[in-house]
Amino acid sequence: MHRNSVMNAGIAAAVTVITMSAPALAADSIIVQSTTSTQNSGLYKHLLPAFKKKTGIQVHVVAVGTGQAIRNAQNCDGDVLLVHAKPSEEKFVKAGYGVKRFDLMYNDFIIVGPPADPAKVGGMKDAAVALKKIATAKALFASRGDNSGTHKKEVRLWNAASVDPKSASGKWYREMGSGMGATLNASVGMGAYAMTDRATWISFKNKGDYKIQVQGDANLFNQYGVILVNPKKCPTVKQAVGQKFIDWLVSKEGQKVIGDYKLGGKQLFFPNANEGQS
Amino acid sequence: MQNFTQAFALAFDLMLSADADLLEIIGLSLRVSLMAMAISTLIGLPIGAAIGMSRFRGRGVSIILLNALMGLPPVVVGLGVYLLLSRAGPMGWMGLLYTPTAMIIAQSILITPIIAALSRQVIEDLHNEYAEQFRSLCVSPRTAIAALLWDARYGLLTVALAGFGRAVAEVGAVIIVGGNIEHLTRVMTTAIALETSKGDLALALALGIVLLSIALLVNAAVMGLRMTATRFSYA
Repeated sequence: MHRNSVMNAGIAAAVTVITMSAPALAADSIIVQSTTSTQNSGLYKHLLPAFKKKTGIQVHVVAVGTGQAIRNAQNCDGDVLLVHAKPSEEKFVKAGYGVKRFDLMYNDFIIVGPPADPAKVGGMKDAAVALKKIATAKALFASRGDNSGTHKKEVRLWNAASVDPKSASGKWYREMGSGMGATLNASVGMGAYAMTDRATWISFKNKGDYKIQVQGDANLFNQYGVILVNPKKCPTVKQAVGQKFIDWLVSKEGQKVIGDYKLGGKQLFFPNANEGQS
Repeated sequence: MQNFTQAFALAFDLMLSADADLLEIIGLSLRVSLMAMAISTLIGLPIGAAIGMSRFRGRGVSIILLNALMGLPPVVVGLGVYLLLSRAGPMGWMGLLYTPTAMIIAQSILITPIIAALSRQVIEDLHNEYAEQFRSLCVSPRTAIAALLWDARYGLLTVALAGFGRAVAEVGAVIIVGGNIEHLTRVMTTAIALETSKGDLALALALGIVLLSIALLVNAAVMGLRMTATRFSYA
């Protein structure tokens, strides 16, 4: 008898758990796998209410690194992918995981560092040359090291500088294996240079005395793209609702809302959906 | 140092203002972790009691295993549950990923070994103390179990609270299976992680202070319940 009542209580508890959380995702809603920069900068808080007001659709954002976001989307754990690593995105579509990739917006990467500027790169434009100087000076550099969009970009820049920072991993080259914010926190804490997207930097609140040291290189361009996860691979994808979100993002109205987002008077993302699609 | 003073002031403001978003996050934290505690107690307590009272081959090994499982890393549990609940995983058809249910499942897996291992010790100690009396009084196993559970109830309550503490404080598992989605799966610890990543260390710390205060309240409530119960039992 004792055992029965325990079991009944267990079953009752399990049933309650299942039923109480089930309706949460049932309404008109989609899951967007996205990057930390778009969430941490507050873009979604500006963007999503406007979309919801127009369509009634609730967008749930899972903000992780681009690498993880793509992996999650490949596992069908999302309806829309909004990230910033064009080569990986194109691979994603080519492999049949995504329907079509749309350019959405851009900003740029910058290299930030301590005011003492031990590698003397302050004011430089050429990112590859600046990285080479940092390597030569063996100045601390904090890398994301997490296969994110920013990390992939950084690796390409090291290649362009023909430096293999991995050989100094654990010495002056610190692979944090963390998100952008955690990496910036660590950089400021240990006096290391770091590469970040400008939106995250502008909205970041623990800058300390850090300054932007390198900016303005065309190679530091940071393009964001948006892709509907392919319903052929993932039958659970909410195709119509997801496509509606993408259509709105690249529409005149959506693009204007993106361009209107400012923090401290500075525009964080520059819409460019209609300047030639890929 | 400035961050600390700022954090305390902020925490105070947050608690006084009873901001709707904050209340929602606190509510979800409590709901998920209390539910995980309840499920884990329902599963872990009988396992712990059974091992604590009986003698069987391989008992030593199962105790070591149970004790070792107390050290389960939350991230690993989160990953395992993610792989199970992912649409591409074996239980993907249930559509539970990125819901509070997924978070409850992950935390239950995390703290069931803690509750089982600790209650095993509590029951075993008490059983050693009572064994002779049980034998001399020819008490049936069922009555013995009931007596042990009842007399160990305060110890077991602390065990359940240890489980709750572990659940409400962990971030590694819930951030993977919950996704830290605003108004859906954001809890105190994932909100703290988010504010830290935004570099808003004072706010992150303030949320930590709020979380601690909630844990304090829960424990105080349980203590109050216990004191009331004790008073009644002597009346």
